[in-house]
Amino acid sequence: MIELLESIIRLALWLALAPLLPGLINKVKAWVAGRQGPPVLQLYYDLAKLWQKQVVLSTLASPGFLIGPAVAWVALAGVALLMPLGPAGSGLSFRGDVLLLIYLLALARFGTAWAAMETGSAFEGMGSVREVSYAVLTEAALVAAVLTLCLQSGTVSLVTMLSPAAGAGAALLAAGLFTVLLAENCRVPFDDPNTHLELTMIHEAMILDHSGPPLAVILHGASLKLLLFAALLTQAVLPLGGLPAPAGMAMLLAGILAVTVGVGLVESLLARFAFRRVPLLLTTAFLLCLFALLVAWKGRVA
Amino acid sequence: MNSSSLNLLIGLAMGLNLLALGSSRLPSLIRTMSLQGVVLGLMPLLVEAHAGWAVWLIVAATVVGKGMIIPGFLQRAMRTANIDRELAPFIGFVPSLLLGAGGTIAAVALAQNLPLLPEHAGSLLVPGSLASVLTGFILLIGRTKAISQVCGYLILENGIYLFGLLLLHSTPLLVESGILLDLTVGVFIIGIIVDRIQRAFDSLDTRKLTVLHE
Repeated sequence: MIELLESIIRLALWLALAPLLPGLINKVKAWVAGRQGPPVLQLYYDLAKLWQKQVVLSTLASPGFLIGPAVAWVALAGVALLMPLGPAGSGLSFRGDVLLLIYLLALARFGTAWAAMETGSAFEGMGSVREVSYAVLTEAALVAAVLTLCLQSGTVSLVTMLSPAAGAGAALLAAGLFTVLLAENCRVPFDDPNTHLELTMIHEAMILDHSGPPLAVILHGASLKLLLFAALLTQAVLPLGGLPAPAGMAMLLAGILAVTVGVGLVESLLARFAFRRVPLLLTTAFLLCLFALLVAWKGRVA
Repeated sequence: MNSSSLNLLIGLAMGLNLLALGSSRLPSLIRTMSLQGVVLGLMPLLVEAHAGWAVWLIVAATVVGKGMIIPGFLQRAMRTANIDRELAPFIGFVPSLLLGAGGTIAAVALAQNLPLLPEHAGSLLVPGSLASVLTGFILLIGRTKAISQVCGYLILENGIYLFGLLLLHSTPLLVESGILLDLTVGVFIIGIIVDRIQRAFDSLDTRKLTVLHE
């Protein structure tokens, strides 16, 4: 019973903290540009506002239009349950849970793309195509990164995989995972979250026809995904398992904050890449993770 | 031999190989190539435990030659020829990156099965050298601009130089300095040839050099 309660509190914490990250990124961007910027809690206000609005449904849309965002959100919440929190461990852990994590992320992507296709609009279809085709490359990078961690720790469970330090290839792994984070969450240089130019956007193009509570669910899911990737990156690189609990927790928070500020800085200092250059950058991310894997493998052989 | 920092430098050089394969503009390719030359040039100091004046001399000559003189010639040639800086590849950037990465992994795997001396077994010298030679080949085959092919040739030479470090104890440094001199003169001549090609053909695209003119 206590365990169930603990899992629920843990999940509530994840869900409550997630919308902070986009607010922080926007604050960093505003600070670099010398502006006041929106309040850090802006996404909370937006979500509350959207939740009260009514839904506009396309005549073409099947129930999938509403089920898709829900599937995506539940899948991401499931990932949040699996993801360990430094010394505090994870809410749900078993042998091989890392595979479930990868499949849940894919399911979330499928849910959003499915809902986007339901609108019958060409723009949403285009956004889905872009999202899914980039995901082919980012997933390869993510799988290579996960293999690296498996090989280094000799286990296939997330809690034991993420607790030791990343070893010799840590810098490679960090760079690769950071690029994957930018691509998966549709940040600059892959996609501009502020743009509303239909020809160039990816994530925004997919959710263009959503409104009201489904849009709120999608936005909340996107912020949760960003927090999940930031937590994964931090724990993959830093040796949080060997530290005492308060220090480990503080280090995890500091790492997530550093990743968030990094995303904000990248977004302020870089322009969005041309489409034809994106596969090159994603291939580079894949190769970075692949070489981290190679370093880990050589370290084991030697 | 200070093997861990040596391996780190070789790893850096292997990363620069991939950067060279992925760079789409001529100036960045030249910079990457010269940075690799400098990184490799510093290596004799790590291989040789007690570096005499000859080693210091060769290191200084390599760093100045590969880091400043050769890229200087190439950049001058690029400016005087006034060419388009975008590289037009035969083999696209993503395929050449994947080829380079596959080659690097194959080189590491191959080197583990080679009958090397025990003191070289843990070192990345052999895989690094094979990977650089492969990268040089891919650049030579896969790019159309004459200057980018020169860069490919220089990266190939970097690979051979890396292999030469294995034999540093038995070959006199005179051989290495001779190669360096040849290389500098070669690039100097290529700089002049590039200018001539540009005047004769109005382009540095080597695809146009397949037809003989009277």
